[in-house]
Amino acid sequence: MEQFLRNIFDNDFFIYTVMAVVPLVWILPYALFVIWLERKVSAHMQDRLGPMRTGGWHGWLQTIADMMKLLQKEDIIPAAADNKLYNLAPYIMFAGSYAVFAAIPFSSAYIGSDMNIGVFYIIAVSSLAVVAILMAGWASNNKWSLFGAMRSAAQVVRYEIPTVLAILVVIMIAGSLSLQEINHQQTGWFWNWYIFKKFPFVFIAFIIYFVASLAEVNRTPFDIPEAESELVAGYITEYSGMKFAMFMLAEFVNMFAVSAIAATLFLGGWNSPFGDFLSGPFWGAFWFLSKGMFFVFIQMWLRWTLPRLRVDQLMYVSWKVLTPWAFVCVIGIGLWMML
Amino acid sequence: MKEVILSPNKTSTGRAVRTEEMVLNMGPQHPSTHGVLRLELLVDGEIVIEVIPHIGYLHRCFEKHAESMTNYQQVIPYVDRMDYCAAMNMDFGYVIAVEKLLGIKVPERVEYIRVIMAELQRIASHLIAAGTYGLDIGAFTPFLYMFRERERILDLFEITCGARLLYNYIWIGGVSHDIPPGFIDKAKDFCQYFRPKIKEYNDLLSYNEIFIKRTANVGVLPAEVAIAYGCSGPVLRGSGVDFDLRRDDPYSVYHKFDWTPQIGKGEMGTVGDCWDRYMVRIREMEQSINIVEQALDQIPDGDVMSAIPKRIRPNPGDVYARTESARGELGYYVISDGSGKPFRVKGRSPCFSNLSVISEISRGHMIADIVAIAGSLDIVLGEVDR
Repeated sequence: MEQFLRNIFDNDFFIYTVMAVVPLVWILPYALFVIWLERKVSAHMQDRLGPMRTGGWHGWLQTIADMMKLLQKEDIIPAAADNKLYNLAPYIMFAGSYAVFAAIPFSSAYIGSDMNIGVFYIIAVSSLAVVAILMAGWASNNKWSLFGAMRSAAQVVRYEIPTVLAILVVIMIAGSLSLQEINHQQTGWFWNWYIFKKFPFVFIAFIIYFVASLAEVNRTPFDIPEAESELVAGYITEYSGMKFAMFMLAEFVNMFAVSAIAATLFLGGWNSPFGDFLSGPFWGAFWFLSKGMFFVFIQMWLRWTLPRLRVDQLMYVSWKVLTPWAFVCVIGIGLWMML
Repeated sequence: MKEVILSPNKTSTGRAVRTEEMVLNMGPQHPSTHGVLRLELLVDGEIVIEVIPHIGYLHRCFEKHAESMTNYQQVIPYVDRMDYCAAMNMDFGYVIAVEKLLGIKVPERVEYIRVIMAELQRIASHLIAAGTYGLDIGAFTPFLYMFRERERILDLFEITCGARLLYNYIWIGGVSHDIPPGFIDKAKDFCQYFRPKIKEYNDLLSYNEIFIKRTANVGVLPAEVAIAYGCSGPVLRGSGVDFDLRRDDPYSVYHKFDWTPQIGKGEMGTVGDCWDRYMVRIREMEQSINIVEQALDQIPDGDVMSAIPKRIRPNPGDVYARTESARGELGYYVISDGSGKPFRVKGRSPCFSNLSVISEISRGHMIADIVAIAGSLDIVLGEVDR
């Protein structure tokens, strides 16, 4: 795609701007769609219908109507809040989740920036969210927000370890940190995907990655930073209007980001499951987005099924279950490759 | 904010670490205090050192209202509003107290209808309790499943007396309407439909690994503490005390049915933990279905209005009548001065006693556990404050 743009324009700045905006073209409709989808999925799981009126067919305009409402809402800042941090936090949150998309290959023809340290970059940038959460929690000057922020900091730091170890398993096989390169290695039929290689180590690593990523994006059963029934709304308790919307947007974008990473690393990314059948740049984007959406759906499914863990149990899962097993996978793969 | 020095925490240089405890107000507007309860928490990080419940945000002067009515019947709608999740049981208790004061006997059919309604109401109330408990722990879906079933019970009440929440159905000496034609079939259909649903709740929530982790061994209420605080109902039975007024101090026609009170056995942890209290409610629903089915089979014919007194003017005296409401021992102490209105009506609220135990069993738990404990006590603030 970069080549294609170079043929049309000769201005680097313009090319990079277009390249950077492309994920946004996906993210904004995606967020509107997924918020609607989450309502419908939860509703149908719970014997309800969900939104049915707005826009006619199954309430498809509901999220847009809600967005309009949020845009018009008064922006309330608590009198005792730390103004600068309070206002900055939602944008840092979104910037962190958006920056992840720079290194994610949407198809064989499009990747924001094909760096040789893509995976490393993603891990680093996605940690920005915790800074924003801490800022939001501290600046709100609300004890519930502070609790949410502290929990979140503890949680993200702990769950990053099993996440990184699980990713390391794939890196060891691929021998590359570039996501585009990792995708190229998985070309072919679906048994070429890493999840089916070196069984069962990569498969276990995949499970570990998925569970840990749930914790990283604060989804049930690890949604304790914003645990509604305990902390009111955690670090977003004091936010309203568009700032609240930014947090919501970042949450849903993060959901897709971790799903996209799971799809890229373990499930072949933009590769068609059927070899050359339906492959190519366009179908590549289709496969990539469908795989991502599939994991997003699983996250929703889990959210509306499971209760929430307690803080100490959350730590237990990370330190005593996920991390040791991730080490087992890393050692197992290491031995396998040496022998 | 109180500053304390925690002695065991020493730095490497031997100096004590100065840490601050924080006062955290949970409620009166909080998603999981089940109404307008305010819990004042003294926390050390996530650990709760002290819980002080503050009540009275929903105080509606029920007892004073009862003294200012023009007659005894007018109190019933106010009684409804005490425990709005189990209004039938509330009516039932008050009506039994006044009937005892008057010394009247009601027709057999009325007693059966009252028992059917009270047991259906108990199921509806336990469904709210268990559903919102799931909500407190973070599981949203069981809540809506349980409301789906509760809806069918409310439909049954609606075809009987027109109301869905506050019924004013059980009257002194009778009931406001006889059960409509087709009610018995519909109620039997409901019993058939409801039994398998209990298994669904157990699969989805009760035996969920995370749910058990969150509730087992949390908020353990030993039997002697429960008795000392005057706990009753599922909270007392959850602690392993086999005491149910329907069996141990039978009123109405409860002695005619075959059922067993459920007690906590500590299957998942210690006897008297949150899981036991929750599970007692789930199992009680099954027993209530048993009672309803038997009552529907045995219900005799008769006139439900025949014993309703035209004018209620009891002789001077006082009476205390207690019944087993969905939340425990519901007592009414009614004093008559010989006039047409009660001189004094005192409600003995089970929730009030059950709530008082929260500071005893919450010490040393985490904030998330306070939510679990408060939910397992199943309080209705309308009844606590009255």
